[in-house]
Amino acid sequence: MTPLSLTTTQFTLVVGFGSLLAGLLGALTGLGGGVVIVPMLTLLFGIDFRYAVGASLVSVIATSSGAAAAYVREGFTNIRIGMFLEVATTIGAVLGAALAGLIPTSVLAVVLGAVLLYSALLAARSRQEHVVATRDPLAVRLRLDGSYPSLTGEREYHVQHVRLGFGLMLGAGTLSGLLGIGSGALKVLAMDQAMCLPFKVSTTTSNFMIGVTAAASAGIYLARGYVDPGIAMPVVLGVLVGSTLGTRVLARTASAPLRALFAVVIGLLAVEMIINGIRGRV
Amino acid sequence: MGSGDGSSVAAHGPDRWSDEAIEATVGRLLQAGVMVAAALVLVGGLRYLAHHGAAPPSGRLFTGEPVELREIAGILRGAGTSGGRGLIMCGLLVLIATPVMRVAASLVAFLHQRDWTYTAMTAFVLALLLASMLGWIG
Repeated sequence: MTPLSLTTTQFTLVVGFGSLLAGLLGALTGLGGGVVIVPMLTLLFGIDFRYAVGASLVSVIATSSGAAAAYVREGFTNIRIGMFLEVATTIGAVLGAALAGLIPTSVLAVVLGAVLLYSALLAARSRQEHVVATRDPLAVRLRLDGSYPSLTGEREYHVQHVRLGFGLMLGAGTLSGLLGIGSGALKVLAMDQAMCLPFKVSTTTSNFMIGVTAAASAGIYLARGYVDPGIAMPVVLGVLVGSTLGTRVLARTASAPLRALFAVVIGLLAVEMIINGIRGRV
Repeated sequence: MGSGDGSSVAAHGPDRWSDEAIEATVGRLLQAGVMVAAALVLVGGLRYLAHHGAAPPSGRLFTGEPVELREIAGILRGAGTSGGRGLIMCGLLVLIATPVMRVAASLVAFLHQRDWTYTAMTAFVLALLLASMLGWIG
């Protein structure tokens, strides 16, 4: 990597603009901007991996909390599912943050590359909705089943494979704590595929959980000195403006070409991240 | 809506401790929290650039933040210092605290609903969050 010779003001503006784009694309594709923040900071700007993760984590909290009010109004968020799964994601997040201090950053870079590749795949494909009529006894006991408003009135849904979903969320939380990402891709896998939630419910409930999950590891990163104000400042402000533009102003999901573009960008970052990790340059 | 206990709401009429009422309040609270955090980060950032704007940026080499920027008491003490870094960190602390507030509000809601299973789950999550924020774990 050739370090660019910028002044702090120039660096702040460029990183802020990059984060704005990440937040915008993240909101439009539903994958969250966090997933590209760490590769952007480390690969493009030569920032240390640990500082990049710290900045990414706080930006993830900003997008999640900022979007929460809009989603709740629409009545799609299921806070029981959110709370139940947060037990798993916060345990994972604390575990991940603790592990992050022990694992070499080159290994973390390869793991992040793998998660990015999976996210690219997910961004390129269209999601499949599986709504099932059978009930999982555990879901009934925990009162997880719910309904959401649709054009044809309230539609009920029944949560499937509660244990598998909980297990996958433990993994999603660990990756979030380890890599400073929202783990949107893994949460989608757990909630769409395993638990068979309708999209609107899984997307908004996942957003609800991301902030809490990230907060569980952010405290640990802060205490370790991984959160640098000079780096986190442009990232948080940029992502916040970008994601607000994405959810409020445009308020629609991305068209197929835009999703494809985002998938290609993420895929390239993934390959670069893995190569750098293997060569020990991260 | 969406919460799976529409029956209790129907039985008792609109309830300010219902999942939906709590969620609406908390949603606004979260937005306010993010706004305050963003304002602090922005003002701190402008001060920071006024002081360090012409210097080369930090962060290529990992040195770890100084002790006073790692713990809550230290950050709050340093908030007013002229460099702006302390004020940015204050904003980031507010940001990290917003989801914690949300979980605390959910705890109150579940307590009022006498839903002990969810009260226990929420209390557990809140304890983990507080322990992490106060630097007791990790």
